Amino acid sequence: MGNLGHMTVSDLARRGESVFDRLELLLPLVSKPIQYVGGELNATLKPWDDVQVHWVLMYPDAYEVGAPNQGVQILYEVINERVDALAERTYAIWPDLEALMREAKVPQFTVDGHRAVGDFDLFGLSFSTELGYTNMLSALSLGNIPLLARERDDSHPIVIAGGHAAFNPEPISDFIDAAVLGDGEEAVLLITDLTRDWKAAGCPGGRMGLLLELAKTGVIYVPAFYDVEYLADGRIQRVIPNQPEVPWRVRKHTLMDLDSWPYPKAPLVPLAETVHERMSVEIFRGCTRGCRFCQAGMITRPVRERSITGIAEMVENGLKKTGYEEVGLLSLSSADHSEIADIARNLADRYEGSQTALSLPSTRVDAFNVDLANELSRGGRRSGLTFAPEGGSERMRKVINKQVTEEDLIRTVTTAYSAGWRQVKLYFMCGLPTETDEDVLQIAQLARDVIKAGREATGSRDIRCTVSIGGFVPKPHTPFQWAAQLDHATTDARLAKLRDAIRADRNYGKAIGIRYHDGKPGIVEGLLSRGDRRIGAVILAAWQDGARFDGWSEHFSYDRWMSAADRALADQCVDVDWYTIRERTKTEVLPWDHLDSGLDSEWLWEDWQAALDEVAIDDCRWTPCFDCGVCDQMETQIQVGPTGVTDLPMPMVPAHAPVAEAATQPGA
Amino acid sequence: MAFSAGFSPHPKVSYANSAPTGVASEAEYVEIGVTERCDPAAVRAALDAALPPGLDIVAVVEARSPDFVQRLEASIWQIELPGMGVAEVEIAAQKLLAQGEVTVERLTKNGVRAFDARGPVVSVSVEPGSGCAILRAVVRHATPSVRPDDVLKALRQVAGLVPPAPPRVTRLAQGPLDPVGATVGDPFAHDRAPLAAAKT
Repeated sequence: MGNLGHMTVSDLARRGESVFDRLELLLPLVSKPIQYVGGELNATLKPWDDVQVHWVLMYPDAYEVGAPNQGVQILYEVINERVDALAERTYAIWPDLEALMREAKVPQFTVDGHRAVGDFDLFGLSFSTELGYTNMLSALSLGNIPLLARERDDSHPIVIAGGHAAFNPEPISDFIDAAVLGDGEEAVLLITDLTRDWKAAGCPGGRMGLLLELAKTGVIYVPAFYDVEYLADGRIQRVIPNQPEVPWRVRKHTLMDLDSWPYPKAPLVPLAETVHERMSVEIFRGCTRGCRFCQAGMITRPVRERSITGIAEMVENGLKKTGYEEVGLLSLSSADHSEIADIARNLADRYEGSQTALSLPSTRVDAFNVDLANELSRGGRRSGLTFAPEGGSERMRKVINKQVTEEDLIRTVTTAYSAGWRQVKLYFMCGLPTETDEDVLQIAQLARDVIKAGREATGSRDIRCTVSIGGFVPKPHTPFQWAAQLDHATTDARLAKLRDAIRADRNYGKAIGIRYHDGKPGIVEGLLSRGDRRIGAVILAAWQDGARFDGWSEHFSYDRWMSAADRALADQCVDVDWYTIRERTKTEVLPWDHLDSGLDSEWLWEDWQAALDEVAIDDCRWTPCFDCGVCDQMETQIQVGPTGVTDLPMPMVPAHAPVAEAATQPGA
Repeated sequence: MAFSAGFSPHPKVSYANSAPTGVASEAEYVEIGVTERCDPAAVRAALDAALPPGLDIVAVVEARSPDFVQRLEASIWQIELPGMGVAEVEIAAQKLLAQGEVTVERLTKNGVRAFDARGPVVSVSVEPGSGCAILRAVVRHATPSVRPDDVLKALRQVAGLVPPAPPRVTRLAQGPLDPVGATVGDPFAHDRAPLAAAKT
């Protein structure tokens, strides 16, 4: 699109030019300037004119959070492997530099080539959370791209949202041109093909012509091609296509056979400090545990495992290319891989004695998990173990389908303390459907029992347990999508009671740490996650009032959001409470009903009813199918082992090149 | 690559006298501990390949003695002052050199700290650049270290020198101070000499 009609020749000549000379003058004046310079090991920078399709990928948070993101790293590499396309990255800019850039008229830039984001053909944003929406508006505005999609012309990039939050992109439908649901690898290749062909054909139909080509595939959602009609009471009446060629429902993408997609092959090694100073290998995608609150588990079905050999090759190759000293085996519930015991033992054997640490972020509550942790930390350090019972009472855990008994938990932590772990972290949620004060107060009892068991098992009083509590936010495409969110005042009162109960305990209170946040940010997240198109005006108003970095407590302002909502929804018959603390009925049209996550809505409703009846269901990885609908509708299936392969395929080699490590340890 | 012992092993890397943020440098030095004898040329090539463009490994030598850091006695700083003429900078530089001591303040982690920014300045010269005056200062490494912005602060205090645009600063060299020529030598000379001697 950077090639169309009303651009002058000199404008064209400037496309893709670096703005670094102008940016450099500002860098001495801001905090942590290194986050804006790029230059990471394994970064790719291609000449602008060598390719036909230019992508800029954004993780809409600070560099330190965004740079380690696997999704962006995978797409960056997949696109850059093509000869006809390039991808560069951009991240949210802190307010100090934003102010200077506006003054000096320096546009939002990529960290790779320091090219203006407005020069690119396609602007992809990965939303892990709705709290990145305002950062998107800052980037568009700094990039001189009109905030409203309908005001963009052929000289502007096509703005495409992806990531988990894109499963309900309606609140940002004013600002994006398209959204992609599900796995991005094949989707970006498809979009790249269609964009290249459209450009080669002379850009028929202009911007809308390309969007129509994308929408016609049935797997790319273009909000402009759908109209929303409302009932007098504010609920949605229906969502209908306004173009004959686009489908009524848009499907999500599902990548099968993870072994053929071993990305990232060359993970980025940032020069600046980031939140995860390690390499990650995704060992499977999807989860079938069926925790009813968990959007990630619901929208990423079915389970697709990477093979034991595929994992070993990625670890080996990644370490060689990066020099990292820690490898995280990632997934939604890593201990659930069908061959995890063999994987852990073999990797631990292979890297024993090298400086390579292995970690398994996992929330599964059973002794098996402790065995794995012991295996992986063989000879290394033992800091803490985290388990996630999620619900404080047995009843609550049935409601959310987290099938862990108190007995399981005590047995697990006893094993952990006996094996030498001294610190156990327990993760819970507050504000779950049907929850009472009593359910949350049971967290205190559980924590006491954990300390008691730990002291008995070790004969030592040097035992600690940290209770971490998050506020529950109902999410689209889950059985709890119909649920009322708990208001923030009740959330806060309940947490205060829990805190008092723990502190009042003379025998155990000092051994129990408690960490939680107040309920207000959850209400804004809830508004954004289950909102509809009317919420776009709220986001815009909040951003205009200064909302940025809403995931950071020092930048977040509840009052600013509420004031923005009051004004933006003044003419509507709906308000923040209507979107958040209101329970929905079965017949209500939900804003995301025209977006197909593969889950059968009838199944979701039945599971919601089962939750209310406190009935749990099993994991279809191990037990027969429960007809959630994903495999039928998407023509997919679960992909799990055993593969029959138990040993790593490669000969023993030094874990990594010694000298490469120096580069990863500035300031060490 | 050698690692420290203990509960949480760290790679043995030490950075001496790193240049302040926002300053360019042609001469930064880092010591890396290794577990076995390595070919310096191979280490140089491997490190260079892993570093971003613009961060170049110019030379690697095998340290012959543990006192390398002590040999980094002074730095040569080049300070480009856009929009300034040689004459006005020259006058200011002479005023600075005429002082025995110039106390400047800097905000550190432990609050504002006052120290002498004149004493460590061994020499100053000024020459014309394109659209700027170029000031070169040889500054002895002291505690607290006197950085280019401290020298500029001192010039402002003694001569009212206020650059109209942000100065561009580059560290040109670090090494042993040659008091006679008021310049710095090659800090690797000591490590290179035995090798050269062995060859002849």
